[in-house]
Amino acid sequence: MDFVAQLTVFVLAIFLGFELITKVPPTLHTPLMSGSNAISGITLVGALLAAGHGGSTLISVLGFIAVVLATINVIGGFMVTNRMLAMFKRK
Amino acid sequence: MQIAQNWIDIAYLIAASLFILGIKGLAKPKTAVRGNLLAASGMGIAAVVTLLHHSIVSYEVIVAGLIIGAVIGAILAIKVQMTSMPQLIAMLNGFGGGASFALAAAEYFKGVDTTVAMAASGAAVLIGAVTFTGSFVAFAKLQELIDGQPKGFPGMKLVNLILLVGAVGAIGYMTVTGQPNDTLFWGVVVAAALLGVMLVMPIGGADMPVVIALLNSYSGLAASAAGFVMGNSALIITGSLVGASGLILTQIMCKAMNRSLTNVLFGVMAEGGEAMDADEVYQGKIKASSPDEVAMILETAQRVVIVPGFGLAMAQAQHAVRDLADTLEARGATVEYAIHPVAGRMPGHMNVLLAEAEVSYDKLKDMDTINPTFEQTDVAIVIGANDVTNPLAREDKGSPIYGMPILNVDKARTVVVVKRSLSPGFAGLPNPLFAKDNTLMLFGDGKQAIIDTTAALKEG
Repeated sequence: MDFVAQLTVFVLAIFLGFELITKVPPTLHTPLMSGSNAISGITLVGALLAAGHGGSTLISVLGFIAVVLATINVIGGFMVTNRMLAMFKRK
Repeated sequence: MQIAQNWIDIAYLIAASLFILGIKGLAKPKTAVRGNLLAASGMGIAAVVTLLHHSIVSYEVIVAGLIIGAVIGAILAIKVQMTSMPQLIAMLNGFGGGASFALAAAEYFKGVDTTVAMAASGAAVLIGAVTFTGSFVAFAKLQELIDGQPKGFPGMKLVNLILLVGAVGAIGYMTVTGQPNDTLFWGVVVAAALLGVMLVMPIGGADMPVVIALLNSYSGLAASAAGFVMGNSALIITGSLVGASGLILTQIMCKAMNRSLTNVLFGVMAEGGEAMDADEVYQGKIKASSPDEVAMILETAQRVVIVPGFGLAMAQAQHAVRDLADTLEARGATVEYAIHPVAGRMPGHMNVLLAEAEVSYDKLKDMDTINPTFEQTDVAIVIGANDVTNPLAREDKGSPIYGMPILNVDKARTVVVVKRSLSPGFAGLPNPLFAKDNTLMLFGDGKQAIIDTTAALKEG
C-alpha cells in the first residue's frame, strides 16, 4: 500500500474514531479504555509475522516480546472488559 | 501468493469492521457486552489468518509467546480488583506501547527499505518506548510504589526537550539519508525510554486520570505507526481509533479539572491568590456528627444524593453504600449518585465500582444532570470526595481551582461529609463546604461509618 493510501486510511479512521467515541457514555469510560487496550493488541498480527519470520536471533527475540505483550493486551483487555460490562447488566 | 495476501487483507478489513462495531456497541450498557464479543471475534479472525501467512516459517516462538501472554493476561483480568482498575489500565497501556516498540524494532532489523518505513518505524519506536516507561511510572504512582507528589529537578524540561529533539533528529537523519544506523537507533530507544519516565514523574496524583487517558492515546498512535511500517491497514485503523479514544478522554478530563493539557503535562498548578488558612476556614464552624444523628436526618429524607470520590474506592465502601441506598429506598426515599468526571483515578472509575456493588447504572448521574437537582435534595452524602465539591471553585476568583466545574452539593438541605479528617484533597486547599451551616462531618473510615449509619437507620 502506498503512503498516501495509508495516510488516507489513517486520517479517515481518526475522524471515525472521534464520531464513535463521543457517543460512549461516561458510565462506560473505564470499559472503553480497557476495550481499546484490547483492540490495540492488533499489533499481535505484526508480532506474529516478526516472531515466525525465522530471521536473526535479535528479530526473533523482539518478535517474541511483541507477541507476549500484545497477547497480554488482547486476552487481558477483552476478559477484563467483559468482566466489567457484565456488571453493568440491569438486574 | 498474491491471492493469499488479498484474502488476508480482506480478513483484516473484517477484523477492523468488527472493532468499529464493537466500539459502537459501547454506546449503550445494554449492547456493550455484545460489542466486546464482536471486537474479540474480530481479533480472533485477524490472528488466525495471520498464522496462515506464507512468511511464517517457524511456530515455536509464536506458540511460546501466545501461551505466556494469554496466561498472564487471563490472570491479570481475573485477579484485578475493581478499585485497582486504573493500575491495570496503566499496565495495559504500557504493554501496548511495548508491543508496538518491539514490533517496530523487529521490522527495523529485518531491514527497512523505504523512506516511509524508516520514518514510521522510528516514530513507533519513539512513541512506543515513551508509552512503555511512562505507563510504568504511572502504574508505580497509582500503586503507591512511589510517592504521588510531582517530582523533578531544575532544568528537567530542558533535558526532556533535548532528548525529544535528539530522538526526532536521529530518526530524521536516518530517514533523509536512507541509511539505517544501529547506534543511532539504540540511541533513540534510550532517549525515548528516559523521556517516558521524565514526562510522567512531574505529574501529580490528582492528574493521573489525564495521564492514563493520554498514554492510552499514545499506545494507539504507536500501533498506528507500526501499521505504516508494515503497510498493514488493520493496524493503522485500529491504532487511530484508540488514539482518538484516548485523546477524547484526555480532553474530557482536562475540561472537568478546568486545566489545559499543557498545564497538566508540565505540572503547573494555577497561581493561587494568598494562601488560605485552613484553621481560619474551619475554626469553630465544624460540626462533628454521629451515625445515629445522620440516621435521624435520613429518616425523614425524601431525596438523597450520594457523591462518591476516590476515598470510597480506598475504603472499599461501595457495597456498604449500596446497602444504605437499599435501606433508604425501602423507606420510600429516592436515591441517586452524582458522578464527577474526575472522581476516582480514571475516567468512569466510580461507575465501575458502583456497578460492581450492583447499583443500577441509570441511577448514576453525570454532573450536568444532577447539579440542578441539589436544591430539591434533602440530604447529600459525600463519601471520600473533596476537591470536586469545593465551593471555592465557583465563588473565589483568586482560588487555584476557580472555574473548575463542581458538584453543587452545598445547595442540598443537609450535607453529610464522610471523611477521615479535615485533611485537604489533591489541590491542597481547605474546603469551606465542611464549615457550612448545613454540613455535618461524619469522621471515620468510610465503610464503617456507612455501615453504622445503615444499622442506626434500620433500628430507628
